[in-house]
Amino acid sequence: MAEHRRSLDRPSDRPADRRGLLGRRKVLGYLIAAPTLAVGVSWMTNESDPRAADAAVPSVPQPVDIFDLGDLQNLAAAPTSGLITVQLKSDGTAYFAVPRAEVGQGITTAFAMMVAEELDLPMDKVEIALADARPELLMNQLTGGSNSMRSMYLPVRTAAAIARQRLVETAATHWGVEAGKVTTRKGVLSGPSGRTATYGSLAKLAATAKTITVSAELKSPSEFSVLGKPRNRVDAHDIVTGRKQFAMDLDVPGAKPTMVARPPTINGTLRSINNLAALRALPGITDVVGITHGVAIRGETFGQCIDAIQKVDATWGPGTVDDESDTTVLAKLRAAQLPMAAPALPLLTKTIDAEFVFAFTSNSPLEPDCAIADVGPDSAEIWSCLKVPIVAQEDIAKQLGLPIDAVKVHVVQGGGSFGRHLFHDVAAEAAEISQKMGKPVKLSWSRTDNFRQGRTHPMCTSRVRVNYLAGNVLTYEQRHTSVETDFGHGLGEMITAFAADLPVGGNLSFAETIFALTQSSPYNFGVTTQLLNEIPLKFNTGSMRNIYSPNVVCAEELVVDQLAAKMGQDPVRFRRNFLKDQRLLAVLNKAAEVGNWGKAMPKGTAQGVGVHSEYRAAVATLVEIDCRPETVNRPVEGEGVTGPRVTKAVIVVDPGFCINPRGLEAQMFGGLQDAIALALTSSLHIKNGIPLEGSWDNYFYTREWNSPLDVQVVIMPNTSDSPSGAGELSVAPAFAAVACAYARATGTMPTYFPINHGKLSFEPLPLQPSTPQSPTDGLDHTF
Amino acid sequence: MPTHTFKLNGKQISVEAEDNVRLLWVLRDLLGVTGPKYGCALEVCKSCTSHINGKAFNPCSVQVKDIEPADEVTTIEGLPATVGKDLHPMQEAWLKYDVAQCGYCQPGQIMAAVAKVRQAQAEGRDITDADLDELRNICRCGTYSRIREAVKAGAEDMGA
Ligand code: FES
Ligand code: FES
Repeated sequence: MAEHRRSLDRPSDRPADRRGLLGRRKVLGYLIAAPTLAVGVSWMTNESDPRAADAAVPSVPQPVDIFDLGDLQNLAAAPTSGLITVQLKSDGTAYFAVPRAEVGQGITTAFAMMVAEELDLPMDKVEIALADARPELLMNQLTGGSNSMRSMYLPVRTAAAIARQRLVETAATHWGVEAGKVTTRKGVLSGPSGRTATYGSLAKLAATAKTITVSAELKSPSEFSVLGKPRNRVDAHDIVTGRKQFAMDLDVPGAKPTMVARPPTINGTLRSINNLAALRALPGITDVVGITHGVAIRGETFGQCIDAIQKVDATWGPGTVDDESDTTVLAKLRAAQLPMAAPALPLLTKTIDAEFVFAFTSNSPLEPDCAIADVGPDSAEIWSCLKVPIVAQEDIAKQLGLPIDAVKVHVVQGGGSFGRHLFHDVAAEAAEISQKMGKPVKLSWSRTDNFRQGRTHPMCTSRVRVNYLAGNVLTYEQRHTSVETDFGHGLGEMITAFAADLPVGGNLSFAETIFALTQSSPYNFGVTTQLLNEIPLKFNTGSMRNIYSPNVVCAEELVVDQLAAKMGQDPVRFRRNFLKDQRLLAVLNKAAEVGNWGKAMPKGTAQGVGVHSEYRAAVATLVEIDCRPETVNRPVEGEGVTGPRVTKAVIVVDPGFCINPRGLEAQMFGGLQDAIALALTSSLHIKNGIPLEGSWDNYFYTREWNSPLDVQVVIMPNTSDSPSGAGELSVAPAFAAVACAYARATGTMPTYFPINHGKLSFEPLPLQPSTPQSPTDGLDHTF
Repeated sequence: MPTHTFKLNGKQISVEAEDNVRLLWVLRDLLGVTGPKYGCALEVCKSCTSHINGKAFNPCSVQVKDIEPADEVTTIEGLPATVGKDLHPMQEAWLKYDVAQCGYCQPGQIMAAVAKVRQAQAEGRDITDADLDELRNICRCGTYSRIREAVKAGAEDMGA
């Protein structure tokens, strides 16, 4: 059965003997003319040439085996005029403006570690900021696809290594000694006869008057003292003291609180405001204007904007999906499923057919969408959490009728993203409002807006058919059908720009291309096809902590468990027999060992396992679930759902090279909680063109009472010298593990997710006013 | 416009606001105290959690007129002063366990945790997992496991 074992390692990822763990690697960059030492590095320093990455794959590969989404992003990050730069200031701090967004995934900490490592500088002397929109970076300023570490690991280290070397040379010249006699430690240079100098004291001397090319050597992993060691977040102190600033916390002069009264269906439009004068006269309200999708209200406090929303009398035009509900969308998806196409099969072949439905889900972070806009006649300035600020800048400039360089876009740290901030909906709306009011605005969507009008992960179905015969799987076919996912945030442009270089032929759509670049079955299941079809319904969609994998993998793993049962094999043993990939096999074995797979469990409880490789990483998750009635029906005070409880989880991850174990562990934890929500509790119910969910007591993201008490993350020893992507990695295998455990505990394979979607477990908030009034009984609920 | 006075983070303050404005907005929009976060203004997400007279509450759901002059409101910014240190033991525990991801929920989580622990301690017992199951604070980044560890560690350092 296990004919081939493939390896996820590509030639460039291997701990290669060429430069090896011991050898230092030579890299190139520029000293840039500046008042203090500044180093620039081209993105090409990331030598990964995805097109050359092939030879290591022995079996007939699916496209993703040789080239995945991250490779596409790396390809798009090929040389542009833009460099990434590290600057050393006179106070001895190194400053690096990351062309990415920090939304909780820990990239600022990881980048600080890279700079600290190669520059021999204490972490607290590294200052990481988020870069404003830099159009010259083209598509290099997209935070998505868990690609930040993969694309920036080498360039950032290179810049820091060059800076260190320049400091060494400067000190050597200054002291009249050989460079080889100068050492660096914790931001201090030391030379013969006890001479020392801080980096800061040489920052000016080390500067160059004209930009020149230089080379330096990177440390080899065996010399690392920062990278690979657990580090706490660099912003942890600011967070626990309440000092970390999000968009709503910024104090931009004149940018007063602003909210929008919205129509009762998705993307509905404003026809007329019937009581404009009355609204403008309300206490604390400064401005009211009609905008495309609502009535914008600006006031002294957000509370008074909410008050005013209660009073809006408007006539609304239709939205884009007014006639759609869960049932109509599902019927359209089923009608659009692509046919299976198994070849002629031997007699006695047996078949498993299964269909899984995944409800709409919300990618809303905890921080409601927020943007500050200050639009004047000739220029505009925007502050918001934007993962693709250059697309935002381009679009907003067009919308406002301004040249691109007249629009300044600042990237603010986000209170989560999960895909939401790939789009700039709130920033564009803030710009529209500020232009119409002629004043700066601080626009926040309400919680209810976020659920009802904000982006969703679209409803989809996954049909799977396997044909098997005498212990062999002959064919594996998966037909994934989804409501259209919006890729208008730049991935689309990337694909257009680089279509010719991609290993997927034909006239695939953006979505089909991305599907092909991200989905691949890890099993030796004979003739394997996984295809996507989309239906063009105009919901507001986007990715959510990955695009397709959680659903595709969940469906596949459930069928794998069915196959194992039909063949009379234990689920873990079956996977061992059929997995193609050595790294997946290793994480599976480890998870089975640490999680004590196969132990005796009481009736109504069970273990489940799921495996997944993506972003050049491999993960296996093992969970235990309790589906006994006393657990399922345990009460929770107030509104909320309980249901089955995942009581334990073991997540084993092989990240290639692990930059920060503590940060990686955090990402694994987060993905697990998302997976529990996707499998058991959280979804949007669409009814007549709008989700019924309007608060966190309707949209049941995992709460403390549904989270497992026992979670273990095991990080495998490094298998590569390149980091892989981690932000979205752990959702899919955990989703699959929870679903498989549920099936084993109850004896019924779930086919509609989340499993509680069929029953509406809350009283929907009214559709109008679009944002409900806040309660006043807070003092009755103190504890 | 009516003037309201109450104790905020140890200082008696006065602020002009319409009676019905919820305290969260008085704090954030009028007084510039931005530690308490807006997550719903529906008394659901708990990201605005602060303390009134030492007990956890949600200022998004209290009208400013209902706050009495003698009431002591403590936000995350004023928490350390309640123990006369730079950081409250619960904040220290949060650092030790590197709980935060994006951080948006964490001021509210910490304030809720402190109140929950005080509640258990007032009943003369240790904080339990069942107590922690009662915390309603959403963490959309899913930091729940580390929150549990940190609350238990912070509770030990809070003493009785
Ligand atoms: S903002 Fe107060 S509970 Fe959500
Ligand atoms: S840390 Fe992001 S919501 Fe809790």
